[in-house]
Amino acid sequence: MKENALRFFFAANGVLAIVILLGIFSLLFTESLPALKELGVGEFLFHLCWDPTSPERASYGILAMVLSTFMVSFGALAIAVPVGVACAAFLADVAPPQVREFLKPVVEILASIPSVVVGFLGVVLVGPFIARLFHMPSGLCALNGALLLAVMALPTIVSICEDAIVSVPQEFKSASLALGATKWQTLVHVTLPSASSGIIAAVMLGMGRAIGETMTVLMATGNAAAVPRSFLDPVRTMTATIAIEMGETVQGSLHYQSLFVIGLLLFCMTFAVNVVSDLVLERFQRVRR
Amino acid sequence: MRKWWRKLSEALGFALLGLAALLVVAVLVLIMYDIVAKGGKAVTWEFITQKPTKGMTAGGIWPAIVGTFWVSLVTVTVSVPLGMCAAIYLNEYARQGRLVRLIRVAIRNLSGVPSIVYGLFGLGLFVLTLNLGLSVLAAGFTLGLLTLPWTITASEEALKTVAFSYREGALALGATKWQTIRTNVLPYAVPGMLTGTILGLARAAGETAPILFTGAAFFWPFLAPFPKVLTTQFMALPYHLFIMSTQHHEIGKVRPLAYGTALVLVMLIFLLNLGAVLIRYRFRRKFRRA
Repeated sequence: MKENALRFFFAANGVLAIVILLGIFSLLFTESLPALKELGVGEFLFHLCWDPTSPERASYGILAMVLSTFMVSFGALAIAVPVGVACAAFLADVAPPQVREFLKPVVEILASIPSVVVGFLGVVLVGPFIARLFHMPSGLCALNGALLLAVMALPTIVSICEDAIVSVPQEFKSASLALGATKWQTLVHVTLPSASSGIIAAVMLGMGRAIGETMTVLMATGNAAAVPRSFLDPVRTMTATIAIEMGETVQGSLHYQSLFVIGLLLFCMTFAVNVVSDLVLERFQRVRR
Repeated sequence: MRKWWRKLSEALGFALLGLAALLVVAVLVLIMYDIVAKGGKAVTWEFITQKPTKGMTAGGIWPAIVGTFWVSLVTVTVSVPLGMCAAIYLNEYARQGRLVRLIRVAIRNLSGVPSIVYGLFGLGLFVLTLNLGLSVLAAGFTLGLLTLPWTITASEEALKTVAFSYREGALALGATKWQTIRTNVLPYAVPGMLTGTILGLARAAGETAPILFTGAAFFWPFLAPFPKVLTTQFMALPYHLFIMSTQHHEIGKVRPLAYGTALVLVMLIFLLNLGAVLIRYRFRRKFRRA
């Protein structure tokens, strides 16, 4: 009797994770539903212009921020993926044990630096550097955000890629080496392809993080709500828009609900990315077993 | 292919990989150097123990330190019991099946939900629906949910390290499942769980987006006594750093204070991480002896 009650109690705590996930979704959905009904999904998805407080005609297009979000995220990945995979390969395959012992905490410490501190350095260090380099009045632009997000995505990419590379069976490598391939050829032609699904999952998780990152982009990318034309333009991401405007809206207003629409889209995007990387990782692990 | 070319390409390739690793180290060194060199001057005893004054262009960050402490306390109180119990279910009771799979998918997805979305959720649920208002409680609950996936994962790892023979010994003597867990599993898993908790706390203490609309205040130097403090707004270190670096109009005057705040925040997080590492180290040694 008591045992069953305890069992039920612990199970309830396990199920809580599902409840919270559903709760987040349903709250975002119910809060944004009135705005979606009143304006229609098309207003949000196909308009470039976001100007909810305009006295003449308020507009709620979020396309420009979606583009900004992707621009910064892909820019970050373009920097972080090559460096991260190379660093992981070095850790897993090349580095002597002492170097590994030193490098692993470095990656961990890098992961523990709060996003607000990274954003701060974007304002005081990276931004001014970019401004001087390209002769701009301020360095707050998409490039700044991409550089900073790359730093933040690096630890995720390095540690998951390293796991993937380490778990490639030794026989694969031995077979390649036995055929006379060099260690480098083995790494490039055997080990990395074998670990590719793990690497893909790492990249996708890094992307999920980059899309959802708030403080760094809020502080370092300039926050101009327009379609970005180059990496030197200031951009305003979805997360930054919520962070900037939520404090100033009236609760329950159309503007307030529209910010939840952005949140809902953000949730769906990261959810999709996570599910896909989850599936890739799971398949990868099953193959390994 | 020629032999010399194979050797050269190998050397070049490995050099390139090493360069990437070096770059990662260089980034960390650059970050730490900048913060320590410029923040070190600002951090004095007065800076840590005093309120901000003169429109936040002078004085210290004491209220932000206290605010961070209270929010962290609520965060731990929420996420640790829930996370531990969920981990006990997953590792001790649950049998592989669709429910467990679903729970695991949910946990992994929760850890990927953007922090600002947690902020929206906290605003909708705790601040407005449950009527907690902008408060330490609302912000702490929000961060508690945010850290939940980490606590569950860390607690499960800790439970996994307890050898099966411990459980079998207790069960063979006629102990019930719960008695076994309570007397033969938990005592050995608790240090590991503690490690995970501290690591989760270190990350929660640096989070800014989830507290933006759940209770963090631009300027709130009033330190109410417990428990009244839980229902008021608060200052927090990460939010204070955000304000100092972007929202304040006298940039020149507040910049040194912003650097000081960044240094204190980073040091706080490193201390927590160090604590976790030390506990893990002691725990491992104790286990080896047993």
